Amino acid sequence: MAKNTLLGGSLWAQYSEEVNRRMANPVNRGEISEEEATALGGELIVADFGAESCGDAVRLYWVVDPKNDKILASKFRSFGCGTAIASSDVMAELCVGKAVDEAIKITNLDVEKALRDHPDVPAVPPQKMHCSVMAYDVIKKAASIYKKVDLGSLEEETIVCECARVSLRTVQEVIRLNDLKTVEEITDYTKAGAFCKSCIRPGGHEKREYYLVDILRDVRAEMEKDALRVSLEDESFATMNLVRKTQAAEEVLRDHVRPLLARDGGNVELADIRDKDGAVEIFIRYRGACAGCASSQTGTLQMIEGIFKEKLDENILVIAV
Amino acid sequence: MERIYLDNNATTLVDPKVAEVMEPFQCRMYGNPNSLHQFGSEVHSYMSRALDQLYAGINARDEDDIVVNSCATEGNNTVLFGVYYSLMREGSKKHIITTQVEHPAVRETCRFLETLGVSVTYLSVNKDGIVTADDVAAAITDETALVSVMWANNETGMIFPVKEIAQVCRDRGVLFHTDAVQAIGKTVVDVQDVPVDYLTFSAHKFHGPKGVGGLYIRAKAPMTPLLHGGEHMGGLRAGTVNVAGMVGMGLAMELANDSLEYELTVVRRLRDKLEAAILKLDDVMVIGNSDLRTPNTILVSIRGVEGEAMIWDLNRFGIACSTGSACASESLEANPVMVAVGADKELAHTGIRLSLSRFTTEDEIDYVVSEFPKAVARLRAISMSYAAKAARHIL
Repeated sequence: MAKNTLLGGSLWAQYSEEVNRRMANPVNRGEISEEEATALGGELIVADFGAESCGDAVRLYWVVDPKNDKILASKFRSFGCGTAIASSDVMAELCVGKAVDEAIKITNLDVEKALRDHPDVPAVPPQKMHCSVMAYDVIKKAASIYKKVDLGSLEEETIVCECARVSLRTVQEVIRLNDLKTVEEITDYTKAGAFCKSCIRPGGHEKREYYLVDILRDVRAEMEKDALRVSLEDESFATMNLVRKTQAAEEVLRDHVRPLLARDGGNVELADIRDKDGAVEIFIRYRGACAGCASSQTGTLQMIEGIFKEKLDENILVIAV
Repeated sequence: MERIYLDNNATTLVDPKVAEVMEPFQCRMYGNPNSLHQFGSEVHSYMSRALDQLYAGINARDEDDIVVNSCATEGNNTVLFGVYYSLMREGSKKHIITTQVEHPAVRETCRFLETLGVSVTYLSVNKDGIVTADDVAAAITDETALVSVMWANNETGMIFPVKEIAQVCRDRGVLFHTDAVQAIGKTVVDVQDVPVDYLTFSAHKFHGPKGVGGLYIRAKAPMTPLLHGGEHMGGLRAGTVNVAGMVGMGLAMELANDSLEYELTVVRRLRDKLEAAILKLDDVMVIGNSDLRTPNTILVSIRGVEGEAMIWDLNRFGIACSTGSACASESLEANPVMVAVGADKELAHTGIRLSLSRFTTEDEIDYVVSEFPKAVARLRAISMSYAAKAARHIL
């Protein structure tokens, strides 16, 4: 908590003049008819995003020149708060003159920046950033209609924080690379969760598929598993606990000893492992043809011990019981 | 530009008469009432008079207590935690009944008590926007310690049947609390007629100052202080008494009751005039029967117009009201009260609350009546579905 968060503040005092101007007079509001599109020499695209039953919705009209994919005209209608209206208005304006593939790159961050009075002062309060996201989404929808492709094919990444356009992969990577331990650290590194805060945990303005608290928990759990795996892989046989020693010995028997004995109808099983005077005693019990074989206490035993020494540790003694 | 305030369910203008009686306690009579010297003792008679005004205001008996505190939120917390510590923490009764439409001061406190092992039933409202005594009776179990149901809803203005609910609680041996912040000065609040055990109120909702409120506790009802320290308020609430606030609240309560008839006639007529004008618009819905509402409140949904956008547009033309629509609140979910009383999900995102007071004038209402349709038209011109529907003449 900081001083400026204790009082809260007037929401509207944090809007830029440009937002106020466009709320009061959204110059790009309206519709475009088929006749108007034809007169402009383009194809009419109408895209809806959101639903009034969800509290926010926007309809985008484009006239696109099929020769070069350029957007010749753009208008909108919306059902939403003042921020949604102003964002939709500037979004429609930013589309004009761009090719459809360029327009897809317009994000809600671009929209917010275009609404600023001063380059360094945000145009809307943080909790209203999510109201600008529809403007980005409806462009994608319009582009998918024009390109006749599925909307999902235009979405390259899974977005966790819609306000700051931060992907799931980015959040996961930044946690791993920087060993982040708190959501606040994720926000510091990525801006995810800095605006409307819906993506931090359930219970915010809107339901999200992914929440930062869950991603952090899961990535931290994976990191701990990875760390454990690495530490086990790097561990020498001598310093392993008994469980790990048993596992390692079983692996050597399975991968390197049994295949050799099996050629003559023999087999072997692990009977016990004991530490003794700085060495490790591995007790084995012969099975199959090896059980009655004369060399099982001499040459075969030396061969098995040699394999253990090579694969695990020089200080291993193999004892047949 | 006109500047018209129709957000009186949020807070009210301090009545100039109230401001006047408070003034001496800022700079001249500032003694601590617990001090033994003249500075302290000279304020006692004023505090005593204020307490008399509060007791008279809700018809409390001498043996009952009215603890002057900082606000209704403090009063609500005191009741809920007091019952928790006195009855629920160690005993077998670990159940509270409340409603889904309570003020967060009750609802969120109940949510916190759930983390301490308390079981809470949140009753939903019916199509009239209220819970009934039958709803409460059906929810009471042997483990129920407390029922907390508001007297009047802050968003819809709907007045709940607290007398019947209180009687059910009394018959079943369950304590009953009501948050009456929206009821004082808008309907008769009489704790002899309505057998509540606890009742909370806040001065700034009835033209008193902010930062002072009251908690009524019926004699012998369990009570554990929320604030411990000195022996202020008979040991029921530590902390030096806000003398100016208490004196102001006392007079504000008296004036609110003196003005009740005016509120029920003149303010209601102005409310009904505005409501009738709004209802002339196409595709609008006023929530709740006007006879069952507080006389100052209108909650209206306007199809195709998002609530916050409407607030913003009206504000540009000097009209202050508020929205219960989701965008400005904690969640984007549709307003459950509005859904319960029959608004579809789209309408439930369009709520505008207009709340009048005894200081609202006829000229002001006339101005709002003239400006309101213009704001609706401006926003419907932007609205995607409404403009499209209008164009196809399907409305």
